[in-house]
Amino acid sequence: MQIYLPIAEVSVSAFLLFGIGGLVGILSGLFGVGGGFLITPLLFFIGVPPTVAVATGANQVVASSISGVLAHLKRRSVDIRMGVVLLVGGLAGSAIGIWVFNLLSRLGQIDLTVQLAYVLFLGLIGLLMLQESVRAMRRARSGTAPRVKRHHHTWVHNLPLKMKFRTSGLFISVIPPLIVGAFVGLLAAIMGVGGGFIMVPAMIYLLGMPTKVVIGTSLFQIIFVTSFTTFMHALTNQSVDLMLALLLILGGVVGAQVGTRIGARLNAEQLRVLLALLVLAVCIKIALDLLIEPNELYSLAKVKS
Amino acid sequence: MRWLALLLGLFAATAAAAQEEVVSGVSQDRISITANFEGSDLLVYGAIKRETPIPDTGLLQVIITLEGPSGPIVVRRKSRQMGIWVNTSSVEVDNAPSFYAVAATAPLEYILSQTEDLRHKISVPQKIRSVGAPQDVMDSPAFTDALIRIRQDEGIYGAAESGTELKDSTLFSATFDLPANLVEGNYVTRIYLLRNRHVLTSDQSTIYVRKVGIERWLYTLAQQQPAAYGILALVLAGLAGWAASEAFRLLRR
Repeated sequence: MQIYLPIAEVSVSAFLLFGIGGLVGILSGLFGVGGGFLITPLLFFIGVPPTVAVATGANQVVASSISGVLAHLKRRSVDIRMGVVLLVGGLAGSAIGIWVFNLLSRLGQIDLTVQLAYVLFLGLIGLLMLQESVRAMRRARSGTAPRVKRHHHTWVHNLPLKMKFRTSGLFISVIPPLIVGAFVGLLAAIMGVGGGFIMVPAMIYLLGMPTKVVIGTSLFQIIFVTSFTTFMHALTNQSVDLMLALLLILGGVVGAQVGTRIGARLNAEQLRVLLALLVLAVCIKIALDLLIEPNELYSLAKVKS
Repeated sequence: MRWLALLLGLFAATAAAAQEEVVSGVSQDRISITANFEGSDLLVYGAIKRETPIPDTGLLQVIITLEGPSGPIVVRRKSRQMGIWVNTSSVEVDNAPSFYAVAATAPLEYILSQTEDLRHKISVPQKIRSVGAPQDVMDSPAFTDALIRIRQDEGIYGAAESGTELKDSTLFSATFDLPANLVEGNYVTRIYLLRNRHVLTSDQSTIYVRKVGIERWLYTLAQQQPAAYGILALVLAGLAGWAASEAFRLLRR
């Protein structure tokens, strides 16, 4: 069944969209990632214009993060104060990101920027995840306990404007969370992702937050940053396609349920290797598109009247 | 007296030519893009009305065109920079139709002269208007060629496969396949009657292609009330997220 997307002005199979949403939903159910980093490039592949894919991807991430954060709130694993600080930085970063996005759109370099950002971050995260899970599997096999990182003093602890974050058990300056938030907000606006896959490692390694509050807090602030991004894209570019978003969200909701059930039965480490390989595959596909001479050197773009 | 006879003869000939008129119709003058729009067929048909016998001054030919709404387009070209393929130069085409198809009784080069093509703008290259290229682009025709090539590959420019059927120099018809990726707007169909590679007369009608129902509503809202549209997108996402979390909770019990 073909469905005509009113904003993207293309006609695509509704089942394909439902399938993409479902696939990403399964992954988000399995691994707790928002899935924006997969949905946006998949939408490029099926012919949705990049500007629409990015804005609509952000809208889909809003839905999946709200769904996730509600579960975390019940478990009290959300550091709301830290979330708000990250959010302040995030909104600033997002506003700059939208501005950069519009500037690059006018220059005709937005596709390149989005692709480069994907290659860089997907490659980085994919490799890190692969390394981490292979190491974990080896450890599990040899039976040695994981090395515990000592809590040591770094330059981060000498910055001014200190604040107490009770849920995380931290007393640190607000400057590092502001910067981390701004950086993730910038990426979210340009790439159409929630940025969870960058935010989570940054919170653990840069801010020293305990792992159990990291995912909930990350999702909490992602809701607001991606909502802001969606809204700004709708306002300045009119590029959010509600029809597309709805199909993706529906698929995602069903997929997430399936994913959670599969996840309960399977070996988590092996699944993480699979996810890492999937992330790397997407990264390699986008990289090859940039490196190999395209069949058609010319491309068309509508001029906004 | 001879010149008078010649003049009369000439007058008679032009009068005969002018007496051939086109009467035409289309199978639908309104096309609605609904949510499950899968493209559409458009039949253009008609007859040639004349008071006199069919003139024998050359074979009658018919060209039928269908043109979608036009707008400016930027054509960009990639080149290799530091190992990766990047858009490096661009040309703005001032006016290019979003859809253009030609159906004729024979290949255009046999039935249409170049001057007539220039005057009536019938063939695809004539439809594309490009005024000036930026200083750094030396080969701007390559960009307009690329525009035509890409749109031909997408099936939105080109010749209608069936061509135009003409019966007894009187009845004609052509079918156009409209793709699913149709842009809304006013589509114009033009019918040209030709003899000896010259256009004798032409006729045109308009087909209104509109998004309808939810498509129309969403598109208008996004364009005219972007703030309300953005809020609607967020509310829907929020509701879906909340519903999903509730469903999960019920299933877990």
